[in-house]
Amino acid sequence: MPFGNTHNNFKLNFKVEEEYPDLTKHNNHMAKVLTKEMYGKLRDKQTPSGFTVDDVIQTGVDNPGHPFIMTVGCVAGDEESYEVFKDLFDPIIKDRHGGYKPTDKHATDLNFENLKGGDDLDPNYVLSSRVRTGRSIKGYTLPPHNSRGERRAIEKLSVEALTSLDGEFKGTYYPLKSMTDAEQDQLINDHFLFDKPVSPLLTCAGMARDWPDGRGIWHNDDKSFLVWVNEEDHLRVISMQKAGNMREVFRRFCVGLKRIEEIFQKHNHGFMWNEHLGYVLTCPSNLGTGLRGGVHVKLPKLSTHPKFDEILKRLRLQKRGTGGVDTASVGGVFDISNADRLGSSEVAQVQLVVDGVKLMVEMEKKLEKGESVDKMIPAQK
Amino acid sequence: MMASFTRLIAGRNPAVLLASLGAGTVAAGVLLSDSSALSAEGKKSLYPPSADFPDLRKHNNCMAAALTPAIYAKLRDRVTPQNWTLDQSIQTGVDNPGHPFIKTVGCVAGDEESYEVFAELFDPIIKDRHNGYDPRTMTHPTDLDASKITNGVFDEKYVLSSRVRTGRSIRGLSLPPACSRSERREVERVVVTALAGLKGELTGRYYSLGDMTEQEQQQLIDDHFLFDKPVSPLLTCAFMARDWPDARGIWHNNEKNFLIWVNEEDHTRVISMEKGGNMKRVFERFCSGLKQVEQLIHERGWEFMWNERLGYILTCPSNLGTGLRAGVHVRLPNLSKDTRFSKILDNLRLQKRGTGGVDTAATGDTFDISNNDRLGKSEVELVQMLVDGVNYLIDCEKRLEKGQDIKVPSPVAQFKK
Repeated sequence: MPFGNTHNNFKLNFKVEEEYPDLTKHNNHMAKVLTKEMYGKLRDKQTPSGFTVDDVIQTGVDNPGHPFIMTVGCVAGDEESYEVFKDLFDPIIKDRHGGYKPTDKHATDLNFENLKGGDDLDPNYVLSSRVRTGRSIKGYTLPPHNSRGERRAIEKLSVEALTSLDGEFKGTYYPLKSMTDAEQDQLINDHFLFDKPVSPLLTCAGMARDWPDGRGIWHNDDKSFLVWVNEEDHLRVISMQKAGNMREVFRRFCVGLKRIEEIFQKHNHGFMWNEHLGYVLTCPSNLGTGLRGGVHVKLPKLSTHPKFDEILKRLRLQKRGTGGVDTASVGGVFDISNADRLGSSEVAQVQLVVDGVKLMVEMEKKLEKGESVDKMIPAQK
Repeated sequence: MMASFTRLIAGRNPAVLLASLGAGTVAAGVLLSDSSALSAEGKKSLYPPSADFPDLRKHNNCMAAALTPAIYAKLRDRVTPQNWTLDQSIQTGVDNPGHPFIKTVGCVAGDEESYEVFAELFDPIIKDRHNGYDPRTMTHPTDLDASKITNGVFDEKYVLSSRVRTGRSIRGLSLPPACSRSERREVERVVVTALAGLKGELTGRYYSLGDMTEQEQQQLIDDHFLFDKPVSPLLTCAFMARDWPDARGIWHNNEKNFLIWVNEEDHTRVISMEKGGNMKRVFERFCSGLKQVEQLIHERGWEFMWNERLGYILTCPSNLGTGLRAGVHVRLPNLSKDTRFSKILDNLRLQKRGTGGVDTAATGDTFDISNNDRLGKSEVELVQMLVDGVNYLIDCEKRLEKGQDIKVPSPVAQFKK
């Protein structure tokens, strides 16, 4: 948020108790972790670009959360946030990412050939396959914090990089603020268009400022690879197609990412990455791979099985409705994707999706025949 | 923009080059950022004002009409003593392009000094919004002597309720867009302490939004007193809903005809209201209550933000001067169908709203009719204009009932534009 360092210095005139937020009714990772003492320790710090602890936590203060859904409740404003506010981020990261320690190292593996199988998910059940991640461009601050000038520079650089792609990646950029009605309709029909964020989780973190300035969508002519510019992250990279060839989706994902990264590096603006946190993104929940690989799959019987949620948990997968996060499933069709982001590689996470979905489709078929699936319930992965 | 981009890709910033060599550990990240182009000074040269100037081509609000690249360049790097910036003031106007038919203001003040530090932007906006009022050359009259009001009791066959509201800001504390939690809590403390000193017909109590019981909440809703967390993007994009409901609350007297909102869109909103048509009494209570509250905060060393150029200082420039909206809920079944209705309201310097308040539609034949103006005329003048105007509207309604014709009145005098 553009409150930054200067206003922060003024706030230091007031006592810690006076400034410490009231988190008594809150249920999010930030509220669990941020004590008054920690707040007192962090409040006079700022990153070099002027992002402060209040900027980090505002979204968590404004959104107390739900007893059943544990949101993160904080964001990074730049790469250095995760270092300057380590005391706050490390325990949140540990809690959110299965015990990941400050000393742990994250493995990146975008070598699609390491994936086993994945090209034979039954298209009678698996309607579509998709892999997405985010990337932040080094040298710029992140969506909660960046100025219009920075956001436009990110867009300009991204467009240069993307429009230089060729072959299967040849495509076009559609800036949100100047697209025609016809283009808009087409992008909606293709399920590509992203909207101005309405979720208060995002708006309270300052991510919708100046909409739609500097925002846009790029996609290849085949409509199988697309990039969102300046939505919740600098870039969201998505590879998708109908039916169940996750292997192909992942191949295109890895190849495309690599090509894009090369171009950014040539311009001295590689992606934000380090060996502890992997790819650095706005929300701590997306650190590591930032990868959500998933399918839309028909599981009308399995989804009503009493052990469905337990099965997902053991497979390290999560379910969502077909509208994406925070939506309900329609007609027994679920969005099934990996739950992990940090501490395992891209290949490993997509492998879990491939293996897990394959197993669940087998279970669905068994249930269709009226057979039991109890013996198929997997061990915890 | 092309220029800054070329500078980026041709940049010889050693920090950036280091980063591209894959110095990926976090420690190196922190080191290189010390000299990175992201520091405040560096940003100024990499991102000159022209790079940051908002795209306002599709916008229709007072800020977009007034903000030129030259003004932006001059003001972008200034800060108020509380370190509030121009970009923060205009964010709401950038994020809400507006509607071709409705011209919103599009900017807010973060503190009292905003109106001075960013005068090059605020002055033309004030002029635009307040009928040509020029803060550089004109002074605003304050007059809270309710005894001067004449003909202030309306025919209750038509007027269902009467209400006067204004806002007051506590000098020395930042306004809702900018305030920190401690400042907001201080506003609450100052105001609630003062209100506890009110006596007689003004004796009352405070209900903190965060602590009220379900029952209290329901009662306040039934009384039409409760305010909600703002959902209008005009307010949320101006950072006014932060930390909700911390330090927000409602105070009202036991008679339920005098109430104060704490830390909603302004530090305080002061409201006097009652059923029926006795606007004079509503205004008397309003003035008396305001004076008493002011006295009580003076006793503790505080005062309201006020100056003779701009009158009472409030968050939105549209509420400067008196911050006063005096209005009635009035039934005008015949007049509202007359094609001259809008013109009559215009000339009387009145506005109509639905009975749900701003941006709502009227239900049936009942309208919320109130004064348009806020700045350049005193409270007494504005309430008298409202009184005279409503009496005129009722007269028109009565004539139309009898099948007589009505006249569009001549326009009330304004300042020169």
